[in-house]
Amino acid sequence: MELSGAEIVVQALMDEGVEYVFGYPGGAVLHIYDALFKQDKVKHILVRHEQGGAHAADGYARATGKCGVCLVTSGPGATNAVTGIATAHMDSVPLIVLTGQVPTPVIGSDAFQEADTVGITRPCVKHNFLVKDVRLLAETIKKAFYIASSGRPGPVVVDIPKDVTDPNVKIPYHYPREIRMRSYSPAQKGHLGQIKKAVDAMLEAKRPVFYTGGGVVLGEGSAPLRELVRATGFPITSTLMGLGAYPMSDRQFLGMLGMHGTYEANMAMHETDMLIAVGARFDDRVTGKIEHFCPHATIVHIDVDPSSISKNVRVDIPIVGPVSTVLTDMVRLVNEHRRAPHGDALAAWWAQIEEWRGMDCLRYDRASDRIKPQLAVETLHKVTGGDLYLTSDVGQHQMFAAQFYPFDKPRRWINSGGLGTMGFGLPAAMGVQLAFPDAAVACISGEASILMCIQEMATCKQYSLPIKVVLLNNGYMGMVRQWQEFFYESRYSHSYVDALPDFVKLAESFGHVGMRVERPGDLEGAMREAFGMQDRFVFLDVVVDPTENVYPMIAAGKGHHEMHLSPERELA
Amino acid sequence: MSNARHIISVLLENEAGALSRVAGLFSARGYNIESLTVAPTDDPSLSRMTLVTAGSEEIIEQIKKQLNKLIDTVKLLDLSEGPHIEREMMMIKLRALKEDREELKRLADIFRAKIIDVTDTSYVVELTGTSTKLDAFIDAVPDGLIVEVVRSGPTGIARGEKGLTL
Repeated sequence: MELSGAEIVVQALMDEGVEYVFGYPGGAVLHIYDALFKQDKVKHILVRHEQGGAHAADGYARATGKCGVCLVTSGPGATNAVTGIATAHMDSVPLIVLTGQVPTPVIGSDAFQEADTVGITRPCVKHNFLVKDVRLLAETIKKAFYIASSGRPGPVVVDIPKDVTDPNVKIPYHYPREIRMRSYSPAQKGHLGQIKKAVDAMLEAKRPVFYTGGGVVLGEGSAPLRELVRATGFPITSTLMGLGAYPMSDRQFLGMLGMHGTYEANMAMHETDMLIAVGARFDDRVTGKIEHFCPHATIVHIDVDPSSISKNVRVDIPIVGPVSTVLTDMVRLVNEHRRAPHGDALAAWWAQIEEWRGMDCLRYDRASDRIKPQLAVETLHKVTGGDLYLTSDVGQHQMFAAQFYPFDKPRRWINSGGLGTMGFGLPAAMGVQLAFPDAAVACISGEASILMCIQEMATCKQYSLPIKVVLLNNGYMGMVRQWQEFFYESRYSHSYVDALPDFVKLAESFGHVGMRVERPGDLEGAMREAFGMQDRFVFLDVVVDPTENVYPMIAAGKGHHEMHLSPERELA
Repeated sequence: MSNARHIISVLLENEAGALSRVAGLFSARGYNIESLTVAPTDDPSLSRMTLVTAGSEEIIEQIKKQLNKLIDTVKLLDLSEGPHIEREMMMIKLRALKEDREELKRLADIFRAKIIDVTDTSYVVELTGTSTKLDAFIDAVPDGLIVEVVRSGPTGIARGEKGLTL
């Protein structure tokens, strides 16, 4: 089969089984767009901004576990995609970003729409390629998919100059089924000796706790994690990115940990003598001040990326390997072990945890005559029966969702944890909805975040995506306002959004349904009505109490035991 | 915390951009880098890089892990962990007027350096050795006679029969 470079790109996507490409055309990718036009296997979704394209492909990848694919033109097309690429990079999401480039003879001449895409994206990709020879195109795309989806996943950029896709130059096409790279071979199994050592230490522990992160979701470790947690009877907490890997409604789950984690989770971290970190990376929002982090604990750390281990916190028993296989090995060893977990010590540990849990640290004013954002999230859970894919933007609404929507399955909670990208939620929801057309998909957002990618409402209209936007509208950049209240003596410098659009009319102008709720009593009815419209995109503008803050809170640079609870229940 | 000097050898895919990935890694993560040399090996598909850095044990460990994580890195060896040989090459241009010529020639002989270019008023001296030897030569040149110094940065190889190869 003889194909042009443009046809090779499209054929390679077919051979990879790609369903959707999220993209935006432009000069340098016109040959590729022409090749896309002539087939109907790979469906192209026209976004309205390249950032939205990258986020949509990212959302698709997070929900399915497959590689997301994004196609943009050179120069501004590529630079617009950079925020989306960096977002995927920080959260280790497998993403292929195909970028057009100016023709090879003019690279470096400051040609029209030229940017050094490989240079610009280098610090925020797992790897990138500039393909200067059409004969290398198929193999490079194969490598890109392999690198993006194996080991610790991440985004890979393939920069393709226009002349490389020339429709008049045809070459024999061969797409390798498998690829081996001498410079890249991610770990396939954990070291059994280390795993045994870890299990022995775990069964010795008196106050153990599991601390799990996004790696469990990415590495398909949810099932063996559940087995291991149940087999040991240990408590478990999770980072923002790991929520849902273990059922959040289960008694053994202590809630999220970290800056806005629960009292019981953070206190357990502070008092534990055995921390079992799984696919988590000891991020500063989780650890707080490193000197105060888990002062009494022996630390086991399972991660597929060796560079994650002992990066921020010194680890005692490192295990490099895919979390799924390591956890499976652990389950087997725990079940075979002569020693059972430390029964009495564990009972005392649970009694202590229940006492902390009794603080009811997430309590809020349910009788308020204003809609509390927490109530909005709880109502969302009630109305959707917990069966929902929820994407989020960044800020208070993100934290309230993480605290008040108990996810019981992995890949249901989709948010930008590492980079914290406002504008992520709506386009990410598009990717999720396309992947699961019959599922309920919602985007929780704030009136500031949503405006950062609001143009994607047009994409939702074009492809009839019945996403529900739940906007917690408090008129402020809530998290910025909260920090200004706490740390800048309530000087609300530029955190008030003074000229908000009428979101109902805005949604209607895009051809959608807009609704506004202002009273707590109307909330559930409105949500039921919104989710009842199964074939419509509904924008639900929920006016919430503008003064509400996210608690508990550990201020930056403090330890887990230095949490602030809401003012009326502040610790002495 | 001691900031020990480490000399690290890396075999890299000889791809465009491999060098900038390494340089970018050091600047992005704020690692210290004293020198970096790179050239293709006998296998034209591989480059060998030698870099000299300093840091605490934890930082050096991270540097090695991060270098290994680069997709273009094929193999890595911290030469400082075992017996090894280090060499750096220097060319130094000296002002060599009548009254200084003999003295500079003698100095070159003492250091087993070679004079590889001569004019009526200048020498270019070539000297190979450890970095400290090159420093010593620079210190030994009488004040005011150095016109220009160019150094390659250290390269190194482990002692013994084992090689850093594929």
